[in-house]
Amino acid sequence: MEFFLGHYAYWFIITLLCIGLYTVLFKRNLLKQVIGLSIFQSSIILFWVACAVKWNATVPIYDHAYPVEQTSLYINPLPHTLMLTAIVVGVATLGVAFALLIIIYKNYKTLDEVELIEEMKKW
Amino acid sequence: MVNNAPALIPVIYLTTCMLIALTRLRRRRYAHPMALTAAVLSSVVALGMLYHVIRFGSFHYHFGGWPPPIGIEYVVDPLSAFVALVINVVTSLVLVHSLNVNKVELGKKVVPYYSVVMLFLLGLNGIVLTGDFFNLFVFLEISSLASYALIAVGERGSALAAFRYLIMGTVGASFYLLGLAFLHMITGSLNMADIALIIPHLKIGENPALHIGLVLMVVGICIKMAIFPLHGWLPDSYTLAPSASSSLIAPIGTKVSSYVLIRMLFFVYGADLVSREIPVSTVLAWLSAAGIIYGSVLAIAQTELKRMLAYSSVAQVGYIGLGISMANPLGFIGAVLHILNHAVMKSCLFLVAGTLRQRMGHSDISRFDDSYRVKLPWTMAAFTAAAVSMVGLPPLAGFFSKWYLALAVIENSQWVLLAVILLSSLLNAAYFFRIIEKVYMRSPSAGGLAEQEEVRLGSGEPGPTMLLPVLILGTALLLLGLFNAVIVNVFIKPMIPLGM
Repeated sequence: MEFFLGHYAYWFIITLLCIGLYTVLFKRNLLKQVIGLSIFQSSIILFWVACAVKWNATVPIYDHAYPVEQTSLYINPLPHTLMLTAIVVGVATLGVAFALLIIIYKNYKTLDEVELIEEMKKW
Repeated sequence: MVNNAPALIPVIYLTTCMLIALTRLRRRRYAHPMALTAAVLSSVVALGMLYHVIRFGSFHYHFGGWPPPIGIEYVVDPLSAFVALVINVVTSLVLVHSLNVNKVELGKKVVPYYSVVMLFLLGLNGIVLTGDFFNLFVFLEISSLASYALIAVGERGSALAAFRYLIMGTVGASFYLLGLAFLHMITGSLNMADIALIIPHLKIGENPALHIGLVLMVVGICIKMAIFPLHGWLPDSYTLAPSASSSLIAPIGTKVSSYVLIRMLFFVYGADLVSREIPVSTVLAWLSAAGIIYGSVLAIAQTELKRMLAYSSVAQVGYIGLGISMANPLGFIGAVLHILNHAVMKSCLFLVAGTLRQRMGHSDISRFDDSYRVKLPWTMAAFTAAAVSMVGLPPLAGFFSKWYLALAVIENSQWVLLAVILLSSLLNAAYFFRIIEKVYMRSPSAGGLAEQEEVRLGSGEPGPTMLLPVLILGTALLLLGLFNAVIVNVFIKPMIPLGM
């Protein structure tokens, strides 16, 4: 029980990761796959942020009360800044995915994967 | 002066990307020369860096003047300089060829097309030069996003192929990012050289995060590299993409991912760790072997040239994976040499497929006959050289990388894998000689249709922009084969990491 409660954030992230991966792999609708992909990426971003948690520490801005030598009193800001970049990458991916979906819908008038494969075989 | 060179290549590509977008306003026809100039300039810079590295040893560029574990650095060592040179030279030749092909296949879309090509190359060069794992992730995504766009401008159905590639590729990149989180957790660093120093001090058994991080990152890169069970995105994307895109992405896209795998396994984790403590290399070896057989067999079954080449790419990436997984110096030489050889062979073959599509209007193998030899003698000669090199006959380049791979496999006493290499050469011969036989032996069947098409497309050899790159690549194969000892001794031997 302690194992579950002590790591509740990680259990939440693992659940999100599985939901995202399941949606990408098993949903027929392409739009739902994109949603799953977005959930999957978000869970990884949350994982990085959860890794960076440090109890009894403060924001990484210099404070006279906390000497610089005691690095354990400051949170490591690196994972958060990295994740800002990762979020931007994720947004760009979503943009390209939606652009492709628009082209696919214009060409075939459907976003159902099984129907699309049928359409592809005709050509 | 030379210390600033690594940053120059990304700067060239990024600037040209913006400038090409501006040509949309007035002079559309400047787009192609500008892209070509950028690629040639970068090739010159890469050549200079390679010369400097071989002569004086590796050098670093620190972004913003921050020293390595904190700041991002670019590292130019023999391996990265070599791969950067291969990428830029092959790309320059492909870009020369793309001028006429794109006029026909893309029309007015050429301006954004070349702009995106510059982004693609920026990503690939960044991956090769960077010494920072997170920076590598960002460049990986830049090049992948650009390649989705390059594929999606193709014929009907290419958007769907690009979409499936996007889903697979993004899942791969996400796995890489997840693995990197574990690695960062346990080492507290993102710099490759720094992590390589920290890992030997960790107790392997007590740190499962190290295992999980390694496995997730390898899976992510293997998706991008199209190692056998993760290759699903590759055949459709390469087939349906416009000819210029497939000849741009096929030779260098998956090779750069193989470079990342080499860099990660041997330069960061260390050959000892990945082959003994954690059996990543064993798994990789068997998957690569399965991929070699699977790709070759399916290539035999294809009736369309580009699709056949795409399946052959799956097999060829398997060779590189096999060389990496042997984790000994001979396998390393084989893998790096095959990165070079395969880039030259595949670009030559895909360029010929592009030429055929433009001059003959199709690339359907069942309709090939000896009128091709009469109309396109030089193009077909280059095709034959590349095909024979793929099969692995000396003195062409393909033989020597396979030779090193075979020696590496023998050194590890993996007899089944040796049988796989020999069998796959036979399979390669089966699907390439089928085409060569048709082009040189088979008399033309129904002439009526072919003549009608001829009137529309014009006959004879294509212009110099399409013929020259193909001929240069074909000749390069012979030279690379003849001088392979020089390449191995001068360029590849200094790359082999210590303790391998």
